[in-house]
Amino acid sequence: MAADPRHSGTQSAGRRGAARPRSPWREQLESYLAHHRRTARDAAMRMRDAPLSSLMTGLVIAIALALPVALMLMLATVQTVSSGWDEAARINVYLADEVDLTQAEGLREHWAGESAISEVELIARDEALGSFRERSGLGEALDFLEDNPLPHTLVLTPEARYQEASALQRLVERLESDEYVVRVQLDLEWLQRLNAIADVLERGVTALGLLLGLAVVLVIGNTIRLAIESRRREIVVAKLVGGTEAFVRRPFLYTGLWYGALGGVLAWWLVEVAFWWLSVPVDRLADLYGSAFGLQRLSFGDVLTLVGASMLFGWLGAWLAVKRHLDAIEPR
Amino acid sequence: MIEFERVTKRYADHSVALHDVSFALERGEMAFLTGHSGAGKSTLLKLIMLMERPSSGRVQVGGQPLDRTPRRRIPYLRRHIGVVFQDHQLLFDRTVFDNVAMPLEVTGVPPRDVARRVRAALDKVGLLSKERMNPVRLSGGEQQRIGIARAVVNKPPLLLADEPTGNLDPALSAEIMDLFREFNRVGVSVLVASHDISLVQAMGCRMLTLSEGRLTGDGSHSQMRGAYGG
Ligand SMILES: Nc1ncnc2c1ncn2[C@@H]1O[C@H](COP(=O)(O)OP(=O)(O)OP(=O)(O)O)[C@@H](O)[C@H]1O
Ligand SMILES: [Mg+2]
Repeated sequence: MAADPRHSGTQSAGRRGAARPRSPWREQLESYLAHHRRTARDAAMRMRDAPLSSLMTGLVIAIALALPVALMLMLATVQTVSSGWDEAARINVYLADEVDLTQAEGLREHWAGESAISEVELIARDEALGSFRERSGLGEALDFLEDNPLPHTLVLTPEARYQEASALQRLVERLESDEYVVRVQLDLEWLQRLNAIADVLERGVTALGLLLGLAVVLVIGNTIRLAIESRRREIVVAKLVGGTEAFVRRPFLYTGLWYGALGGVLAWWLVEVAFWWLSVPVDRLADLYGSAFGLQRLSFGDVLTLVGASMLFGWLGAWLAVKRHLDAIEPR
Repeated sequence: MIEFERVTKRYADHSVALHDVSFALERGEMAFLTGHSGAGKSTLLKLIMLMERPSSGRVQVGGQPLDRTPRRRIPYLRRHIGVVFQDHQLLFDRTVFDNVAMPLEVTGVPPRDVARRVRAALDKVGLLSKERMNPVRLSGGEQQRIGIARAVVNKPPLLLADEPTGNLDPALSAEIMDLFREFNRVGVSVLVASHDISLVQAMGCRMLTLSEGRLTGDGSHSQMRGAYGG
């Protein structure tokens, strides 16, 4: 700066005016932005200079944020399971004993022609017994049965646009009215229950999220209160030499913002670690159910939202602290 | 520059710090404010920079009445007043340079101008070589001069000083007073509160005397001698 030839030497006002072609408002804006940058960097440096206490505050925030985020992800996982309709909304139609294989074939053709049904699979009674023998492990014990107690079964997959509770119910009723049909089984109830549980959980998680968001605001508010206390002298001097409220507040608002950012990033990291740790047993569980579901992960957009929300909480907490404690500091 | 019109200041505990004080300081004038401890010198200065508000009466600074100045306008008024404090109010967590730069920083002076103006101010008080030091390691007189550099760095039209020679030896005190006179010579209005009567008398300037919150004397040293000694 001192090396700049325009500024060394004389300091007369006239010369200064001539040496500076840029408009004054632009100059003002630039210096305003420069001050923001400097304040932001200074706030970050102060946090870096006390790494342990910054990290602890960051972790408290992170835990408070990670908890509802993890629960939301689990909920989303449950919801993907319950919306895996094509699996759930299969309809098993058990045919009457007297129906023979050719008749069953005929019925299969008949139902396959229905507009509401996309696919019909026929499981012949021998085939059914075979797979039951395999899966149940009863093996030889089944040989003692005189004849196969299982009926022929049609497994219907409804068209996508009929994959909806009331439409399915009507379809089931129509199937039941067929004289060859003994029983129609639609596994919908567990699904409805799951949905109901998911709704309850969703509300619970939302409430918990709000509470913990408030906790984050308070934690940051308290941290900022301490920061204000420790920089009291500086605040007094700034006010004495003509610093506006906005000027005096700015470093603390940035501090809140950075704590929010730190907490948000740590929360993301906590969630990732926890889910990595959970992924092994969850995959095994999914395997056991022959299902392809896996834990929902945070998308890039989710991470941005998480960190953004955390920064907003940080700013809010800092703003509350500043409003309450900073304005009260007046030079005496 | 400064105008007090029948100003009374009562603190919350009903102690009367100033009682019916009226005076005016012209633009470019230099004056001293003396009086015993507790006479109300600091209070008078605080009213000028809106650290306190009068209980009654009117204060004008730079032609602007201060009553009805909203809180949010106060910083902008203070930017036109340089103040040297009784307890210097320096910050020991930053360098001399950064201390002096504070008034420029709050007004958003571009960084490249800040350095130039801070060095100019430090040069005037003879401490240019110490800009990188922490003020805690400087002597009392040097600290006081940093306070002065900070007060004048943004070229305010009015300079106030509260006991700027507080606990300095006579030689240093005289040096500081000469500094104020120099600023006054380039057009700055100066008001200095001090209870060091002999030092003030040696300066030969206008002298406002406070006693128990009342203005009991106003005139140059020679005039007063005429009034009392004749
Ligand atoms: N904030 C305050 N609250 C209550 N009373 C105060 C306050 N500040 C000053 N006073 C009282 O007002 C009177 C004038 O105080 P002031 O500080 O103006 O005196 P001073 O002339 O500056 O004294 P000194 O030379 O000791 O600095 C004193 O009696 C003091 O006790
Ligand atoms: Mg005093």
